[in-house]
Amino acid sequence: MMSEKIEFELVSPEELLISRPVDMVVVPGGEGYYGVLAGHIPMITTVRPGAIATYEGSQVTDRIFVSGGFAEVTGERVTVLVEGALKVSSLDRAKVEQEIKNFGEDVEDAKTEDERKTAAHNLGIAQAKLIAIQDAASTH
Amino acid sequence: MPSLKDLKNRIASVQSTRKITSAMKMVAASKLRRAQEQAESSRPYAERMDRMLESLASDILGKGAESHGLPKLITGSGADKVQLLLVVTSDRGLCGGFNSTIVRETRRIIRANEAEGKTTKLLCVGRKGRDQLRRDYGSMIIHYFEDIGRPRLSFADARTISNKVLELFDAGEFDVAHVVYNKFKSVIAQVVTLQQLVPLAPPKPKDDVIGGDALKVSIEFEPEEQVILADLLPRNLAFQIFRSLLESAASEQGARMAAMDNATRNAGEMIQKLTLNYNRTRQAVITKELIEIISGAEAL
Repeated sequence: MMSEKIEFELVSPEELLISRPVDMVVVPGGEGYYGVLAGHIPMITTVRPGAIATYEGSQVTDRIFVSGGFAEVTGERVTVLVEGALKVSSLDRAKVEQEIKNFGEDVEDAKTEDERKTAAHNLGIAQAKLIAIQDAASTH
Repeated sequence: MPSLKDLKNRIASVQSTRKITSAMKMVAASKLRRAQEQAESSRPYAERMDRMLESLASDILGKGAESHGLPKLITGSGADKVQLLLVVTSDRGLCGGFNSTIVRETRRIIRANEAEGKTTKLLCVGRKGRDQLRRDYGSMIIHYFEDIGRPRLSFADARTISNKVLELFDAGEFDVAHVVYNKFKSVIAQVVTLQQLVPLAPPKPKDDVIGGDALKVSIEFEPEEQVILADLLPRNLAFQIFRSLLESAASEQGARMAAMDNATRNAGEMIQKLTLNYNRTRQAVITKELIEIISGAEAL
């Protein structure tokens, strides 16, 4: 069943980060997580901040945190365009919690609408990081 | 006629100039390699971004009737009265005609716009271009960026610029935006390129894609196309700016390398001429001294 692989590509403007065949990819889509296996119908979605997980069999091989972007799915390929990516394992929980606290304060202290928006955006990313860390911890 | 000592000093100073220019050439060569690699590694993103835009555009255009719901970034503001020009130059000089060609093109565009009764606004990237344009068109420069891409060009730099462009566009400050930059063709050739940023010309769907049509029709979008497009376009703008910055960075190093190569060669020629001159003068001095001694002896 799982013999057919799907080509997973993670691309940032600065470089091609990952390009390799995997069994399944779980992507944090704009309207919820979805898994992609080989032969998926073609689609294009937005990606919200969260962790992309790649699977070999039923094992998670990689969890990569992305701060948002787009995904293009075809039967043979999943291409995720992001602006930045980090391995979830490289995230430090204490640091992320500190970030959440800092950005939370920024949101409250923001004087202009723009400042508030930027801070809220950063806060969202930091919170998504924390969720990604928790997810990684609970499934292991 | 310069004295022997003067000539010696000149030779020494030209020699040290040659050392500097040849060192700068080598530095430019290694920076060029890095810049080229960076430009190379942004290509996968460009290809995929284009592919996605194409799928989106062909899908939306296919539906036709809904096109008035498109984001303004793709349709434009419906006017072309105010033109924004993003002028990409370098912060540092000593790179031959690199900045001058950009500035010349900018002046040409400004005059062409004036002739058509349009207003031009300038957004300068790089100190050199701003310095040259400030004298004649200072009032048109609404903002400028410097120290972009130092020590290393990152996407965040491009985003800073694109945010500014978007902010101006949202405020209705301009109708059409172009970027003018040096496209890297080879070490000795840089092509001044004018590229439209806003409104974004939708990529033409290619008819000759093998089996493409059948695939395209069945693409699903989540959320719907308009929402994706509204999110994708600002990112695409930032990326287009990023590309032009990368091209410009590679061109700058290429131009500097060529300029420094010329300077090194020139210095070499100059040293040869000066050395010849020096030797002649030295011999003339010796001859003169001999004549003085001989004629002194004869007089006795």
